[in-house]
Amino acid sequence: MSDLNKLTISGARDALAKGETTAQALTEACLAEIEGAGALGAFVHKTPEIALDQAKAADARIKAGEATAMTGIPLGIKDLFCTRGVPSQAASRILEGFKPEYESTVTQKLFDAGAVMLGKLNMDEFAMGSSTETSVYGNAVNPWKVDERQLTPGGSSGGSASAVAADLCLAATGTDTGGSIRQPAAFAGITGLKPTYGRVSRWGIVAFASSLDQAGPMTKSVRDAAIMLSAMAGHDPKDSTSRDLAVPDFEAALTGDIKGTVIGIPREYRLDGMPAEIEKLWDEGKAMLADAGARMIDISLPHTKYALPAYYVIAPAEASSNLARYDGVRFGRRARLAAGDGITEMYEKTRAEGFGDEVQRRVMVGTYVLSAGFYDAYYNRARKVRALIKRDFEEAFDQGVDAILTPATPSAAFGLGEMADADPVAMYLNDVFTVTVNLAGLPGISVPAGLDVEGLPLGLQLIGKPWEEGDLLNTAYALERAAGFVSKPEKWW
Amino acid sequence: MSIDIETARKVAHLARIRVEEDRLPALAQEFSNILAFIEQLNEVNVDDIEPMVSVTPMRLKRRADVVTDGGYQDKILSNAPDAREGFFAVPKVVE
Repeated sequence: MSDLNKLTISGARDALAKGETTAQALTEACLAEIEGAGALGAFVHKTPEIALDQAKAADARIKAGEATAMTGIPLGIKDLFCTRGVPSQAASRILEGFKPEYESTVTQKLFDAGAVMLGKLNMDEFAMGSSTETSVYGNAVNPWKVDERQLTPGGSSGGSASAVAADLCLAATGTDTGGSIRQPAAFAGITGLKPTYGRVSRWGIVAFASSLDQAGPMTKSVRDAAIMLSAMAGHDPKDSTSRDLAVPDFEAALTGDIKGTVIGIPREYRLDGMPAEIEKLWDEGKAMLADAGARMIDISLPHTKYALPAYYVIAPAEASSNLARYDGVRFGRRARLAAGDGITEMYEKTRAEGFGDEVQRRVMVGTYVLSAGFYDAYYNRARKVRALIKRDFEEAFDQGVDAILTPATPSAAFGLGEMADADPVAMYLNDVFTVTVNLAGLPGISVPAGLDVEGLPLGLQLIGKPWEEGDLLNTAYALERAAGFVSKPEKWW
Repeated sequence: MSIDIETARKVAHLARIRVEEDRLPALAQEFSNILAFIEQLNEVNVDDIEPMVSVTPMRLKRRADVVTDGGYQDKILSNAPDAREGFFAVPKVVE
């Protein structure tokens, strides 16, 4: 077989089962592709030795008839996941040299299922950003290109999106706190799923905002997202917020039959100044789902406008607390100290040189909104608004809505550096359609649905009911089949 | 609410991040812009609304209060920038 790196998970699984290829051949094909793709800045730590060892073990397991759907599948792992003995830096200078002595639950589950790790993937520092431009490793680049400009693959899981879209791996892990799986998936023309909060263990994933963070798959198809989620999900005693629920076989839910499914179209997601192309794509998505037998109804999610402001209180507040652990004592980098410097200088200098600008800004905003005198005015108010945002969704679902269709992003991928002089708030607007889902703890999926006039991919988002990823994936599968998105970026790297 | 230089200095210190004096005015301006954005929340009527505590309400699991982990000091110290004689080492804290 040729072009093994271009396979989907399901395609590779079937080929492996029939003996048409081996895990080793798949892994070698991906490793060769990664070697030639330095210009994408996607893989930041390569682990070829681990990958080949895992591939050999996978081949033995397949031969013994003990394979799972993930056995022998070469993956990229976002740098936010702690992987034993392998640098895990969250793309931050402050974690320079950090090699965890433990394995995150998600990567352990994937390895237990027989998956292969090719290396670690670029991201925004501590997952704070929407363009993978805040990384200590430098930018990740979108394989999609329409002129001389280099485009962002989105963020924070930008390295994951770039690697999957460029066929450097079969699939990748991502994490999503405000849109960090779904926005990069849309920018790179791939599928990205954020599960229900609590579906996937957060243990061993570097924490950003613990009440919002959730890991998920970034894949080349909806079927692959279903397969990979089944391997990632499940209760973990080490994460008290992970739900003790049986993990269904999500792939089995993909019938493509959505007759009678009720799709809500939230009027508040039609923004002033939204590009006509996004609006058109959204209309096309509605028509595709209606053709497949679903029924569209208009709904209202009245507090949508306040989701981003609430997020920019809650996420920095939690980040300021989570990132307090980076103190130059237990792991990572410590600043060089001057004679006579005490422990406060050690903290302040270490954190000043270890954290980039955006991380510093969010830690300080978080510190401010939690400080005495402002806690009620900002933090508690934001938590009340969050409760209202969640209630909006509950009321829509109570009306009989099964899933909600929205655009995934307010634009296609933009050029690297184009937002450099913009106000930080302008960058935050990238997450306008995705952040509500994190605040309400719901599952959401971005499905590539078309190209803009320049030829760049655009995605549609489907939002599901809590714990109903199976139904959500099935609706996404119907949308994927109707959209028939098969475009790939032309290789320039 | 706009943030003055003095408040920016205080927040930076609370966050234990050294900010050079000449950076403070720009930082105060950035904070002010972000807070202006956040203050849209004041438009929302939140009377009688309970602040969200848990996004997926559930009873936390309980387990026996026993030691389940530990006994690997070397692993705990392996990533420390400065570890000596089985301890983390830091600059002198007490004179």
